[in-house]
Amino acid sequence: MTAPTAAVPALRTAGRRRAAWRPGLWAAGLFLGLVVLAALAPGLLASGAPDAANALAVLRPPSSAHPFGTDANGRDVLTRVIYGVRPSLLAGVGATLLALLSGSALGLLAGLGGRIADAVVMRAVDIVLSLPSLLLALLFLVVTGPGTLPSVLAIALYTMPIYARLVRVQSSVVGRSGYVEAAVSLGLSRTRIVLRHVLPNAFAPLVVLATIEVGAALVAASSLSYLGFGPKPPAPEWGAMLAAGQEYFAVAWWMAVFPGLAISTTVLSITAVGRALQRRSEGRRA
Amino acid sequence: MAESATHVRPPRRAARRGARPLLRAAALRLAASVLVFWGAVTASFGALQAVPGSTVDALLGNNDASLEVRAQIIREYGLDRPLLEQYLTYLGHALTGDLGRSYQLNQPVTQAIGASLGSSLRLTASGMALGLAAATVLALLTAHRRRWVRAVSSGVELLGVSLPVFWVGILLLTLFSFRLGWFPAVGGDGAAGLVLPAVALAIPVTAVLTQVMREGLERALEQPFVLTARARGMTDAGVRLRHALRHALLPVVTLVGWLFGVLLGGMVVTERVFGRPGVGRLVVEAVVAKDLPVVLGVVVCSAALYIAVNIALDLCYPVIDPRLRGAS
Repeated sequence: MTAPTAAVPALRTAGRRRAAWRPGLWAAGLFLGLVVLAALAPGLLASGAPDAANALAVLRPPSSAHPFGTDANGRDVLTRVIYGVRPSLLAGVGATLLALLSGSALGLLAGLGGRIADAVVMRAVDIVLSLPSLLLALLFLVVTGPGTLPSVLAIALYTMPIYARLVRVQSSVVGRSGYVEAAVSLGLSRTRIVLRHVLPNAFAPLVVLATIEVGAALVAASSLSYLGFGPKPPAPEWGAMLAAGQEYFAVAWWMAVFPGLAISTTVLSITAVGRALQRRSEGRRA
Repeated sequence: MAESATHVRPPRRAARRGARPLLRAAALRLAASVLVFWGAVTASFGALQAVPGSTVDALLGNNDASLEVRAQIIREYGLDRPLLEQYLTYLGHALTGDLGRSYQLNQPVTQAIGASLGSSLRLTASGMALGLAAATVLALLTAHRRRWVRAVSSGVELLGVSLPVFWVGILLLTLFSFRLGWFPAVGGDGAAGLVLPAVALAIPVTAVLTQVMREGLERALEQPFVLTARARGMTDAGVRLRHALRHALLPVVTLVGWLFGVLLGGMVVTERVFGRPGVGRLVVEAVVAKDLPVVLGVVVCSAALYIAVNIALDLCYPVIDPRLRGAS
């Protein structure tokens, strides 16, 4: 953010930090590639169907035939984890995109729409941000009932204010810049200025924030389905698998541990890549 | 809008703030808090209206009731009044601490929350204390240290931020309860039962606070007053503890809103993982049963708690930052 004035030690640490994370970053990128592949074509990575039950192989520990073991119905946990990528990733990305779009619209309205719009939008943002996010999501789910779409909407609802805030700051900074002034004096229309000049320049930090937030949204979505408010049981969703696995905890640890590992590794990779993007964009600005 | 960025405006705001910035800030914060409370109550009321199906049906549950009973319920709950009047009544009740009756539990919401509050408070308080202590120690140890120390530390922090609380809880249970048998697996409201949930809750808190505090410490350690202290012959540990730590604490205070959300959300999930009684379990069960007054009650209560915490913090600022003391 603010560049330190006595910058000799600070500069050195910044250089160090950047160098330290490269191999981890590559691994994260590679893993994310795999995750996206699994979301697009789970059949390529998994051998069987996610709900193919086998009564002869119930609660088997991890082995070469079932690397992640089998669950209480004899279904292969690895297959279910792979098929679980799509709903989990869709929930995370969907909620983030929704929040990004609606939040940006609100932020633009607040940043460029005059004082009253600004005051109303920003107070609403303050209210939403100061209520605990999970409670807000639960309140939303009482009204709508459980399900994948309501969970995504609930997460989008409480993450939206973050984008509204960022876009507001960005747009008012960009709005005061020289090239927007030039565009105004050239007589371009207001919408054209906002869409062609303000938005693209406010965009980079937004993309960085959204990348990191995909991870948080993914965790939130799987938390909600862990609590029992996500997709209906037979669907292979990570949070729901974890909750189901908890019942068999004392006898079959693999049922809960591997879906959780999948969530954690995915989120870890997303966060690592997002932070690398963040460092790059901040470095360029400085 | 066409104002140029190079055109420096006179510092009008600073002058207007006058001699009592702290008091003014506290008043502003209070006003904002009242707004938040009002927002929470209004959102709650809105949810109450938006929920599909009538309130009477929700109250009756699955029982078939005669028309007279329905009419009586409608009269008792004031459901025949105009919407505005219902809203004002709801607001008035919330202000006086009356959050209505639970549909399912057949007791006032405040009573239901009160009964489960103790266990939740023990959990969140120990989780936060643990997280704050761990973050302070880690930040003090790792700020401006060798490259590998920092790399390991930021890797661990990344891990702590990314791991979902429920998975950490399950790992802890698998390892320490089922494999090693050190702690009880389910229930256990005693001190031994509190250890694992508190650790699970403390991990995300530690991860984020360590980052923030280390950044604050590093910024403080680059200040001239640190050089002065070192020139006086102060030890490194002394400089970190006596001079730099205070500066690192200030940004932490601004994170309280975030911390509040993390602790509350973490509490809901942790109570589920460890089968603990508490507000989190209460609210999850209420959502399943569509027991709206309880969910609303918890939302309104947490808004009130958030306000109380913020006011307490405003009083704490001068303790942490003595520069603010002269002003008030």
